[in-house]
Amino acid sequence: MTEPQPLSRKAMAARAAADIPEGWYVNLGIGMPTMVADYVPLEREVVFHSENGILGVGPAPAKGQENPWLVNAGKQPITLRPGASICHHADSFLMIRGGHLDLCILGAFEVAMNGDLANWATSENDTAPGVGGAMDLAAGAKRIWVLMEHTTKDGRPKLVRSCGYPLTAPRVVKRVYTNLAVLDVAGEGFVVREILDGLSFESLQARTDAPLSRAPDLRTLAAH
Amino acid sequence: MINKIVDSYAAAVADIRDGAVVAVGGFGEVGMPTELLHALIEQGAKDLTVIANNAGVGHTGLAALMEAGRIRKIICSFPRSGGSVVFEKMYAAGKLELELVPQGTLAERLRAAGAGIPAFYTPTGVGTKLAHGKEVREIDGKEYVLERALPADVALIRVWQADRWGNATFMLSGRNFAHPMAMAARQTIAMAHGITELGTLDPDHVHLPGIFVHRVVALDAPDRRSHYP
Repeated sequence: MTEPQPLSRKAMAARAAADIPEGWYVNLGIGMPTMVADYVPLEREVVFHSENGILGVGPAPAKGQENPWLVNAGKQPITLRPGASICHHADSFLMIRGGHLDLCILGAFEVAMNGDLANWATSENDTAPGVGGAMDLAAGAKRIWVLMEHTTKDGRPKLVRSCGYPLTAPRVVKRVYTNLAVLDVAGEGFVVREILDGLSFESLQARTDAPLSRAPDLRTLAAH
Repeated sequence: MINKIVDSYAAAVADIRDGAVVAVGGFGEVGMPTELLHALIEQGAKDLTVIANNAGVGHTGLAALMEAGRIRKIICSFPRSGGSVVFEKMYAAGKLELELVPQGTLAERLRAAGAGIPAFYTPTGVGTKLAHGKEVREIDGKEYVLERALPADVALIRVWQADRWGNATFMLSGRNFAHPMAMAARQTIAMAHGITELGTLDPDHVHLPGIFVHRVVALDAPDRRSHYP
């Protein structure tokens, strides 16, 4: 039996975007999480926060329309949507740390079954990794979702019993969207809520270090 | 008459001393006070401790000051990024000390210094190696790390408009660290894209009140250097 095709990065971003309700204030981490905004239609009013003091991040500008005074956390050019506002860095992180954001979606190297997040340094010995806003976001947002590939490029599981990489924050991740499944953190393992069409539960477990269990209403992971 | 406006970049940075703690505004290159940094190279102060979110890009601005060997230590949240070539070379060579601080903790340590708060407990960093050696305290069932305020001798910032009292506005995401740094520094030096007559800034729309700004130099002052060397 041939293995089904995992979700593309775009399809992963679209899947996570489908779960964000109107009215939430949301921070998107750099990399793949930034793509999530592309799949939230403007008429579903979600307010995107950027750590450098922006509420109301809009779509990427057309080529030639970039404003050098307007970048996101990844230093990419952005636009503002009507209703946007600007604040300074201390207030921006007050919003993050003070629990004012409904959601933050981050990338990760590893997520442990107790919700531990490792996404800033790949070695204890690296003395100059960039931490940026990762620890503030992980410790401060009301809920943390992770958007990442299910395994590393060389096939090592990223959903683990306990993190080998340095922690960003302990016990903070609630949900993980991968290219194979949607899973909830459940302390003693992960609960699989959705699984890629055509992928067996056993195959998914084989790609996961931590134990998996089936949600009572386990569904097929559909592209959105 | 209060007049904080000086007529050159050289005059703006004239009395920054060797060993000073210098906060440098900007998030990446947005809001970076590039011309003030170039003037500081010319001025010659050395053995500086720099507070900045990033560690410079390319070979201008903060990277130029670093490359000139004037920075002993940098306190920042995200030293390595695309183009941080000078930092990487000098850090690997052991010519630069690094204090890595989570970005929100960096902003709050500056704000606290400006607010007269010597230290504060924060949830950021609990259970990570950046909390090693720091006091951790449980308050109402949750753990927090004690972080100390981060005062600066000087802040160098880029503003959009300023008047002779130092009241200033910012442009979009150029605001970033400038505001908390201006509050944290004993002397804040602002380079302004426009100088406006006193009274023309709407009091309701001043972003940074002049009490936090001590010197202002116009962007197009005669000794402006956008590139270095």
